[in-house]
Amino acid sequence: MNPLEPARARPGKAFTITFDGRPLGARSGQTVAAALWTAGVTAWRSTRGTGRPRGVFCGIGVCFDCLVTVNDRPNQRACLVPVRPGDVIRTQEGTGREHG
Amino acid sequence: MAEQPHLTVVGAGPAGLAGALAAAERGVRVTLVDAAGRPGGQFFRQPDPALGADRKQTPHHEWRVWKRLRDGLDRHRATGRITHLTDHHVWCAERDPGSTEITVYALAGATQEEGVTVRSDAVLLATGGYERVLPFPGWTLPGVVTAGGAQAMLKGSLVLPGRKIVVAGTGPLLLPVAAGLASAGAQVAALVESASPRALLRRAPVLAAQPGKLAEGAGYAARLLRHGVRVLPRHTVVEAHGTGRLTAVTVASLDRRGRVRPGGAHRIACDTLAVGHGMLPHTDLADTLGCTLSGTDVRVDSEQRTDVPGVWAAGEATGIGGAALALAEGHIAGRSIAARLHGNAPDPCQWAAAARARKRLRTFSAALDSVYAPPPGWTDRVADDTVVCRCEEVTAGDVRTAAGSLGGSDLRTLKLLTRAGMGWCQGRMCAPAVAGLSGCAFTPGRRPFARPVPLGVLATPPGQRLD
Ligand SMILES: Cc1cc2nc3c(=O)[nH]c(=O)nc-3n(C[C@H](O)[C@H](O)[C@H](O)COP(=O)(O)OP(=O)(O)OC[C@H]3O[C@@H](n4cnc5c(N)ncnc54)[C@H](O)[C@@H]3O)c2cc1C
Ligand code: FES
Repeated sequence: MNPLEPARARPGKAFTITFDGRPLGARSGQTVAAALWTAGVTAWRSTRGTGRPRGVFCGIGVCFDCLVTVNDRPNQRACLVPVRPGDVIRTQEGTGREHG
Repeated sequence: MAEQPHLTVVGAGPAGLAGALAAAERGVRVTLVDAAGRPGGQFFRQPDPALGADRKQTPHHEWRVWKRLRDGLDRHRATGRITHLTDHHVWCAERDPGSTEITVYALAGATQEEGVTVRSDAVLLATGGYERVLPFPGWTLPGVVTAGGAQAMLKGSLVLPGRKIVVAGTGPLLLPVAAGLASAGAQVAALVESASPRALLRRAPVLAAQPGKLAEGAGYAARLLRHGVRVLPRHTVVEAHGTGRLTAVTVASLDRRGRVRPGGAHRIACDTLAVGHGMLPHTDLADTLGCTLSGTDVRVDSEQRTDVPGVWAAGEATGIGGAALALAEGHIAGRSIAARLHGNAPDPCQWAAAARARKRLRTFSAALDSVYAPPPGWTDRVADDTVVCRCEEVTAGDVRTAAGSLGGSDLRTLKLLTRAGMGWCQGRMCAPAVAGLSGCAFTPGRRPFARPVPLGVLATPPGQRLD
């Protein structure tokens, strides 16, 4: 069973986004973090100091662990940003500044 | 004061909604500002409409109460009595010098770069709270999430963080989280609660005075049983294992004093750990406005007024106590605001029922607090190389050195010495741990802004951004 079933959800057709160049399916109504979780991805940032992987921690926009680069904009909180068709999501390295 | 007084409510959770409705029904024009795309806050968080959920009540509680709030909000929005600004992140609030008005500054738009200003005669701070997680080795691994965060992602986006989940920590939130995850199809490998059932029994008289709350707890317990979830009371997670992502946790049993029992540890394979050690209130906006805090909470009087004129506060911001308490406090605040803005002294008899509920629920949550305190020996189990400040990657060893040989004895000094609390989250995640490890008092950080603000917005004079 997946969590859509008990809520009898009928989301719209999946669309494609890319994560580090890899195409993934995503749906309207999800955040970037939710889309990545659905695809089994749990890490999309490496820390500035020691390059350790991070993903969602607080889930509500408080901890900033889930920072990610979306369409060349670094430092976006994946748990807050809605996912859109064609989004180009990239792992954020360090401060993300190298992306612009 | 204008013909029709104007109130800004920050936060559209149970407290903010109850306050906005009570005030609007009494002739106040309300602007309700919330960072989320939909009303409801944490407790009444909804799946995004685009997910087409037919049975929204499935990951949901108290559907009838929610319907009443939502219908009230819709009604007042239709008449223009309430304006709801969704996706608006408030980063600062201030009293205008030389007038009684209060200005709230928000960031709007998908990238939160557009500044929006709202001026009004009063403000109700109903900003809720966030989860406290105390560090342990491995807690920064992907796959380790806060219990409330897992719940929020499930309720809002109908997603699960993994397949096999351990729910751990302490506090009443763990029960609904474990039950919610199990009902949504996750395998909940264990619910690990450090409090002891005996401590609950000792508080039985106070707890029994809240039959509704007990029934709610029993309901979750029954669901856990039905899903075959193993409950491990008086246990704690001592380590999360994995490289790159979580693969297992080690849990240990605790003795009566809350210390790990020698030989009482075992490993549980899992891909997710949902963990929490209680909640902390959001007090940044109250702090910038100059409201006095009491410990970690915004201090309010019997009308939910802070000590700054024109500023009220309700819900978790004034102390953690759950959604029912937030509703009662919000209702009282809304009625008090309406009376005061119309120039009348309010009559507390008119909110006697809400005041009784508030008293009962505060007593109840104080009893819960004493049961669900983090186990006393938790700092001993944080190894020196464990990261404590997740943003700046400051370790427990760094904090211990700063507090020991460098003599840091308050959170501000420790922050300057170690950078713990200087990063993106501004110490929201690490401050309780830094305080615990260094033995200094836990005081909520004074943050210049409640949210990160783009320089462009700061550079624009506020007067140019009127709503
Ligand atoms: C992640 C999480 C999940 C939870 N899940 C549950 C649960 O499943 N069951 C349960 O019993 N309890 C849950 N709780 C406990 C919950 O906090 C309360 O019981 C209840 O929701 C409190 O109501 P409130 O109105 O005080 O605050 P909240 O419901 O937290 O509402 C606060 C609102 O303020 C908004 N806000 C805060 N700061 C700003 C700002 N600066 N600018 C704009 N908007 C802002 C937020 O977006 C939010 O909508 C959860 C708590 C958390 C942190
Ligand atoms: S997970 Fe904490 S900010 Fe997104």
